[in-house]
Amino acid sequence: MEDRPATTVEQPAGPKETGDAAPAGLGELKMKATDVNLWYGDKQALYDVNLDIFGQSVTSLIGPSGCGKSTFIRCLNRMNDVIDICRVQGDIRLDGEDIYAPDVDPVQLRARVGMVFQKPNPFPKSIYENVAYAPRLHGLCASKADMDEVVETSLIKAGLWEEVKDRLDQPGTGLSGGQQQRLCIARAISVNPEVLLMDEPCSALDPIATATIETLIDELKENLCIAIVTHSMQQAARVSQRTAFFHLGKLVEVNDTSTIFTNPSDQRTQDYVTGRFG
Amino acid sequence: MTDQTASLASFKGEDAQKKLRKRHRAERRFRMYGMAAIIFAVAFLIFLFGSIFSQGWSAFLQTSIKLPVDFSQEVINPSGNPADEEELFRANYVKLAREALYGQLGIDPKDRKVRRDANRLLSRGVDVQLRDMVLRDPSIIGTTQDVWLLASDNADALLKGSIDRATPSDRRQVSDQQIGWIDQLVDKGDMKKRFNTGLFVNGASSNPETAGLGVALIGSLFMMITVVLLAVPLGVCTALYLEEYAPKGKISDTIEVNINNLAAVPSIVFGLLGLAMFINFFGLPRSASLVGGLVLTLMTLPTIIITTRAAIRAVPPSIREAALGVGASKMQLIGHHILPLSLPGILTGTIIGLVQALGETAPLLMIGMVAFVVDYPSSPLDPATGLPVQIYMWAASAERGFVERTAGATMVLLAFLIVMNSLAVYLRNKFERKW
Repeated sequence: MEDRPATTVEQPAGPKETGDAAPAGLGELKMKATDVNLWYGDKQALYDVNLDIFGQSVTSLIGPSGCGKSTFIRCLNRMNDVIDICRVQGDIRLDGEDIYAPDVDPVQLRARVGMVFQKPNPFPKSIYENVAYAPRLHGLCASKADMDEVVETSLIKAGLWEEVKDRLDQPGTGLSGGQQQRLCIARAISVNPEVLLMDEPCSALDPIATATIETLIDELKENLCIAIVTHSMQQAARVSQRTAFFHLGKLVEVNDTSTIFTNPSDQRTQDYVTGRFG
Repeated sequence: MTDQTASLASFKGEDAQKKLRKRHRAERRFRMYGMAAIIFAVAFLIFLFGSIFSQGWSAFLQTSIKLPVDFSQEVINPSGNPADEEELFRANYVKLAREALYGQLGIDPKDRKVRRDANRLLSRGVDVQLRDMVLRDPSIIGTTQDVWLLASDNADALLKGSIDRATPSDRRQVSDQQIGWIDQLVDKGDMKKRFNTGLFVNGASSNPETAGLGVALIGSLFMMITVVLLAVPLGVCTALYLEEYAPKGKISDTIEVNINNLAAVPSIVFGLLGLAMFINFFGLPRSASLVGGLVLTLMTLPTIIITTRAAIRAVPPSIREAALGVGASKMQLIGHHILPLSLPGILTGTIIGLVQALGETAPLLMIGMVAFVVDYPSSPLDPATGLPVQIYMWAASAERGFVERTAGATMVLLAFLIVMNSLAVYLRNKFERKW
């Protein structure tokens, strides 16, 4: 049984027709958010956010603490639904399909739009079980051999296979922080999601583990649409093709990463990326 | 703020040393208070256990007399038909036991006063003892068997030293002649204290030497089964719904406050509720362990709900997010993660609730479980008592045998409680997961 949606959605007159064409070097338009407003109780946290996320690329969301970037990313797989007081308004589409439509099952959506969290959060189960959990949940593997293969491929894609292949039966919580986070990535990609949301995936990791994850993100984007929230502007510059700057719940500016960091059109973006505040 | 050198200087010198010593003394004193409190508590615990054990250990031994009983055909089964249970049931077994005793002591059965004195050495329960032997195995009729027969409460008390031989004989419950017989039997090894199985298997009796906890143990067992079967699923489901599904708001707040209040309601109130609801309204039988179990279920529910909610809340939110993030539904989240991770807490809460219920007396008094029940209850609908109620009833009896039995039964109850608490600790440690 799934809980009734805690959110009310008002359909806009129709999706806006502008900006659907992918900029050069990016895949096709994957997710499109139009006029997204969000409230926690009486407090509005997002104001009219319009953002396009393209396939085969990394979109990074930057901005000072509390600017709403994490809140926004959690709208994209309806993780905000589990917060009672949270109310979302606006239109968010995945491949042109409204994800807040009444007939969309948020549980299924979350299999298509995977998520990696700030703090590595493996289940207190074995490494194998951590990765096998989601495919088993969605009944994707008919046999044990299939499952073994899915686990192996996911761990290889997450760059963890070589380190753990001899101890798949050991608890995932016994790995180091960086390994745990890669395990969580393996878990998220085990069901072949179309979009991968990453909410500050490196903020709890040391620089070496961070570098490993960044390389991994770079490889994953070949087949995946990735949106990453980050506090580190260097990280945004290193891994992403497009960058969106959030400030006080508003999307201030979104553009190619190089443009944002070298020639932003908004003064606030300029101030933030040059380190004057935030 | 003063400048830095001045503030540094204040950490040196005589004044500062004095302040430091004063603080250290205060810290030591604070620790001592805690230690004193613990020593105080431990001392009381030792005193409590000491007094119960010193009074109660003798209840686990019971004096018996070995007598060669002649199961005479004439007395037991004059008709000669061993299938006639009625006749076997009504036979005069006391006579058999007494005659065996007269023979053993070498006294003249014609002297009525001597005979009466001798009769008082035997328990009034010996007829049941012999009757049960015959009913179990009628082939012993016509033979002579050595049987350990229960001695009377007074003889038992003399052997255990609770009747003092130095007391003048006119104020003593055991006459000089009886003491002589007892010594004679003890010297021959025909009278001694043996392990008291009757304490665990017998039902209620007005003779302390034949009274036992059997009915109370079975009643308590029935009640615990009822509580486990009802309170655990109800409590866990309530806690799960309140934590995971119920919309936060006035209604759930009210429910929460009321559950917390219920946990603090005096148990006798639950007894009154049980009386009014289960017995008067639903018409369930009085004194039945089912009703006792239902009342204890009501009493245990708040404990289980509160501990289960705490255990569920202790599951880290990151695990929740992880499960939801890979597309687990709410039920899968609960079944795969929340319940397994909160299991140790739920188990601990359940066992603590059961321990509470096992030791509860007051509500059982209200629903008539404080009864004189001789026969084993064959179902939870039959009259029964419970362990603590049995203790309560024995404590109100004056005979010496009941005094030691009160303490002995308390030891049995304490043993159950300690075992169950240890089990709770063991399960918690076994299932505890690290994350």
